[in-house]
Amino acid sequence: MQHDSGTGNGAEDSAYVRFEDVQKSYDGETLVIKNLNLAIKRGEFLTMLGPSGSGKTTCLMMLAGFESTTHGAIWLHEQRIDNVPPHKRGIGMVFQNYALFPHMTVAENLAFPLKVRGMGKSETEERVNRVLSMVELPQMGDRRPAQLSGGQQQRVAVARALVFEPDLVLMDEPLGALDKQLREQMQFEIKHIHESLGVTVVYVTHDQSEALTMSDRVAVFNDGIIQQLSTPEVLYEAPDNAFVAQFIGENNRLLGEVVERTSDTEIRVKLETGETIRALPVNIDASTERTTLSLRPERVQINPPEGSMPNVLTGKVAEVIYLGDHIRTRLAVAGHDDFIVKIPNASGHPSLSEGEAASLGWTIEDCRALDA
Amino acid sequence: MADITADGYSPARDEEDEAQDKALTTADGTPLKISLRRSQARQRRRAFYLVAPLLAFLVVTFGWPIAQMTFRSIHNPEVANYLPETSAAIADWSGDDVPDEEVFAAMARDMKTGVEDRTIGRAAARINREIPGARSLVMSTARDVEEMSPPYRDAFLAEDEDWADLEFWRLIKRETRILTPAYYLLALDFEYNTRGEIVERPEVYQVYRLLFWRTAWMSMAITGLCILLGYPIAHLLATLPLRKSNLLMILVLLPFWTSLLVRTSAWIVLLQQQGVINDLLVWANIVGDDGRVRMIYNQIGTIIAMTHILLPFMILPLYSVMKTIPPSYMRAARSLGATQFTAFTKIYMPLTIPGLAAGVLLVFILAIGYYITPALVGGESGIFISNLIAQNMQGSSAQLKLASALATILLVAVLVFYWLFNKLIGVDRLKFG
Ligand SMILES: Nc1ncnc2c1ncn2[C@@H]1O[C@H](COP(=O)(O)OP(=O)(O)OP(=O)(O)O)[C@@H](O)[C@H]1O
Ligand SMILES: [Mg+2]
Repeated sequence: MQHDSGTGNGAEDSAYVRFEDVQKSYDGETLVIKNLNLAIKRGEFLTMLGPSGSGKTTCLMMLAGFESTTHGAIWLHEQRIDNVPPHKRGIGMVFQNYALFPHMTVAENLAFPLKVRGMGKSETEERVNRVLSMVELPQMGDRRPAQLSGGQQQRVAVARALVFEPDLVLMDEPLGALDKQLREQMQFEIKHIHESLGVTVVYVTHDQSEALTMSDRVAVFNDGIIQQLSTPEVLYEAPDNAFVAQFIGENNRLLGEVVERTSDTEIRVKLETGETIRALPVNIDASTERTTLSLRPERVQINPPEGSMPNVLTGKVAEVIYLGDHIRTRLAVAGHDDFIVKIPNASGHPSLSEGEAASLGWTIEDCRALDA
Repeated sequence: MADITADGYSPARDEEDEAQDKALTTADGTPLKISLRRSQARQRRRAFYLVAPLLAFLVVTFGWPIAQMTFRSIHNPEVANYLPETSAAIADWSGDDVPDEEVFAAMARDMKTGVEDRTIGRAAARINREIPGARSLVMSTARDVEEMSPPYRDAFLAEDEDWADLEFWRLIKRETRILTPAYYLLALDFEYNTRGEIVERPEVYQVYRLLFWRTAWMSMAITGLCILLGYPIAHLLATLPLRKSNLLMILVLLPFWTSLLVRTSAWIVLLQQQGVINDLLVWANIVGDDGRVRMIYNQIGTIIAMTHILLPFMILPLYSVMKTIPPSYMRAARSLGATQFTAFTKIYMPLTIPGLAAGVLLVFILAIGYYITPALVGGESGIFISNLIAQNMQGSSAQLKLASALATILLVAVLVFYWLFNKLIGVDRLKFG
């Protein structure tokens, strides 16, 4: 079921956090997490990415100790933590709604984890000030959370999760409530903090661009299963299955039947409309007949020179959307009218207009044959 | 600044500065502040029209009666009304010696009009309330006053030597004041002695201070019990899954929908000496048949029954506040290293204060003025001040003015409590539901 390309299950000794055959059910009828195996290295920024309800928060909650595992074990630093209560795990956590205590000032919020650890007054104060300046809010200590903007609250939440210097920090969609611009800025800042402190971060999001820009590795969740666990680059360039291809970035899907297995690196696929396409077999085994071809919109060339591309189809332009740096063109191709091509807005690229016919070409490697 | 000028923005700025010096105006030239006030005044007026009927209703049915009650508790017009001339004449009397002829003459004139108008009997009765025996003195003299001739002082003294009694005259003088604190003194177990000084009443007659004190401490006990019982229930209500919490909510509200009398009599059935609980205790051999516990018609009965009745008023505001506390606060506290206990006391409890305070306010104020339950299950030792107020309002020995004074004291106590509470917690922070 699982496609752990690049995890290196053999590198278990260096795993800082390890999920071992973890299953989780809330109601005893359905498994929300189905047999999760995941190893996270020390200092890594790992993102759990997936659609709503795929079990990301559940994983995080099991790691933080707020949900029990139904089966399996979780290891933290070579110690089984299933029975360790949350406050003894020493894991920092940033919640989606920040969960800043509204009856305390920012400074009191930040001092809370230090106070419960019995830290002295002067040291507490010093640490609070240090962490406040780290998140660039040095003057805000006396405010209450309600008097801060969303972005400022977010920074305080991050600061609070870091102030007691945990080795592991969990963040559950911490930027979900922010607008796009602020989100991008905060992504950068969180990444920066991660790099300068060297903490291990497990980050949850359902925003794929956020996952790609921030993470060392991304675990793509769907339906309680890790669909693929890889670096952002591999995820985008070489998705293992149709779900990942569809979920990460934009993707053109063409459905067809395998008609010939030419070699290990090439098969021929007959589309429903009759055209034959040469594609790279990725998630195809010997018995598979039906397949989904996945093709990134920016890898399609418009009106390629005769004979330069192994695959050429013709299509009719249905819609042209001007997006500044590129022009998004929707075409009707091989019976699908949602075939997207991104044409860079630069000299030397053709401009199409609605209703025009165009030929589209792409290479074998860019056309990945995945599960149907 | 340089790039601002480059933008061509600077001139515009200068204009704006000038405008600010002149005070802002709207497009038609009226000053902004005035037109803002005008537009708001319109809104305010409209809002006032909307609440005007309710306001009128409240003034007529609530404000006016309370003002009446308060006024009555100090208003004392009878003697001044029945003996107007005497009242005027006695004002200058020093009180050291039998009044002089002027006062007696005025009294004689008042008696004559009193006999004609047939009001003298009422005046005599009023005075008799203060000095037993005064009625016959007044009445017998009044019968003969027609035949008397001046000087009245000697005539009165000849009629009855009790007319030389200084106590009687001092009383008349005191009672001719239109406003009197006498009922408040009575309500606090004080009275005027014969020399007109304020002293405590004899101990056998003292009852009201005890009752005020009992009402206060029992209300506090009831409020405390409501917190102890209501807090966990409200927490359960706020955290259980919806189906279970709905069921629990119905269980909480069920007493609300049941008649007060039914609930109170149910407690009588349960708690009385031949009741269910005592039967169980006897059956389980915890107490003997002759040692049945007295749990009703005393303070215990009042506390139990009233705690039960007032519990929803604690639970509902608590619940409505707890419902809004996201579980992530507790989780955040736990992940930051707090034990369950610390997280509860440092995070959860402080966040529930608005509901807790609202509940305390509701329950305490309701309890302090509660009537029916203490009357039914309080017996002798478990009744509240409101029961005495009621006693003073009914029956042949009704003392409406005393009842008014007691009720006014109660009202003031509630207001003082509210004021203190506001100082301490801030009523604007409360959340009633
Ligand atoms: N406390 C709970 N009781 C019962 N079922 C739950 C509970 N929490 C989550 N679930 C179910 O478990 C599944 C996974 O939920 P989870 O919160 O982990 O999803 P998620 O990936 O975090 O989604 P989102 O992106 O929307 O936050 C969902 O189907 C959800 O309905
Ligand atoms: Mg979630």
